Amino acid sequence: MIELQGQVALVTGAGRGIGRAVALELARAGADLVLCARTQAQLEEVAAEIRTLGRRALVATGDVSQVAPVEAIVAQALQEFAHIDILVNNAGIRRDAVLLRMKEEDWDEVLQVNLRSAFVCTRAVSKGMLKKRSGRIINISSVIALMGNAGQANYAASKAGLIGFTRSVARELASRGITVNAVAPGYIETEMTRDLPQKAREWIQERIPMGFLGQPEDVAKMVRFLSAPETRYVTGQVFNVDGGMVM
Amino acid sequence: MSSIQEKVTQIVVEQLSVEEEQVTPTASFVEQLGADSLDIVEMVMALETAFEIEIPDEDAEKITNVQEAVDYLEKKLAAA
Ligand SMILES: NC(=O)c1ccc[n+]([C@@H]2O[C@H](COP(=O)([O-])OP(=O)(O)OC[C@H]3O[C@@H](n4cnc5c(N)ncnc54)[C@H](O)[C@@H]3O)[C@@H](O)[C@H]2O)c1
Repeated sequence: MIELQGQVALVTGAGRGIGRAVALELARAGADLVLCARTQAQLEEVAAEIRTLGRRALVATGDVSQVAPVEAIVAQALQEFAHIDILVNNAGIRRDAVLLRMKEEDWDEVLQVNLRSAFVCTRAVSKGMLKKRSGRIINISSVIALMGNAGQANYAASKAGLIGFTRSVARELASRGITVNAVAPGYIETEMTRDLPQKAREWIQERIPMGFLGQPEDVAKMVRFLSAPETRYVTGQVFNVDGGMVM
Repeated sequence: MSSIQEKVTQIVVEQLSVEEEQVTPTASFVEQLGADSLDIVEMVMALETAFEIEIPDEDAEKITNVQEAVDYLEKKLAAA
């Protein structure tokens, strides 16, 4: 499977969880990788794995919600690889609290990391894609954007915002051969869901028709599909990877 | 025709996919040459690359035809 040979993918939040799985999946499909996150050590581990697959990997640390680090990362990536063909906006956090207990910082930080980062990264990367007349942008939203969740007003707003962002940018860039789609994972086994109390876990499992939480690889396969040449005619869509939770 | 004007005309022809005859000095990019806002952004990017300069958004907004682009570039390149 070498459908992405010669292509370069930039994945944010690639140090662990879904971002890591996406980076490895794209590398297996033949792409070279630019790995971004705040923690260098984790990125280096992922980079080492990618190199054993025979692909190139560039580690670029920085806060992807801020313009200066993102521009530095993109410049570094272009210097190393000359082009970026695939952008996966995956970095995300949660700061859960019921509305009446939610602090402004909880709101601002979640919107900043989950939504602003997509704006900042997409703006920086799409310039090169415009010139090439091709590109793939994939935003990692969440089913919470579609169904809501008590205690996650900030998170749900950020992830729903990503869907509106996806559709608008898809319209702007469609005539230039660039597709923009969102993937909405359900509950996936990562650090983000590790600390769920047992009761919450049971409650969730009951609501997933398939009866179990997904793996990061389940999301990664969908991202790979949307990155491939086959999906050139698919844009502005949201793809749930959730064991049937939302339908 | 100055070489700047030739270069600008060439870029406009390529970026907007129009015939060279249509690209008169005063033909408006949007109304007469059919550019949309993304075309304008791309054309400005192409000018930046061709002339190795940066065109800030405030300046880019004021460039609506070849003549204005040439005037702007002449001033900018003279200052550089
Ligand atoms: N795990 C799930 O069940 C689930 C469900 C739906 C959506 N998602 C979304 O998938 C994405 C990945 O989630 P995960 O479960 O792998 O999370 P995770 O916490 O395991 O990983 C998040 C990654 O993002 C990086 N990151 C966070 N803030 C950053 C910033 N400001 N700048 C750069 N990097 C930053 C972290 O370093 C980390 O590598 C998130 O956007 C999350 O909202 C996850």
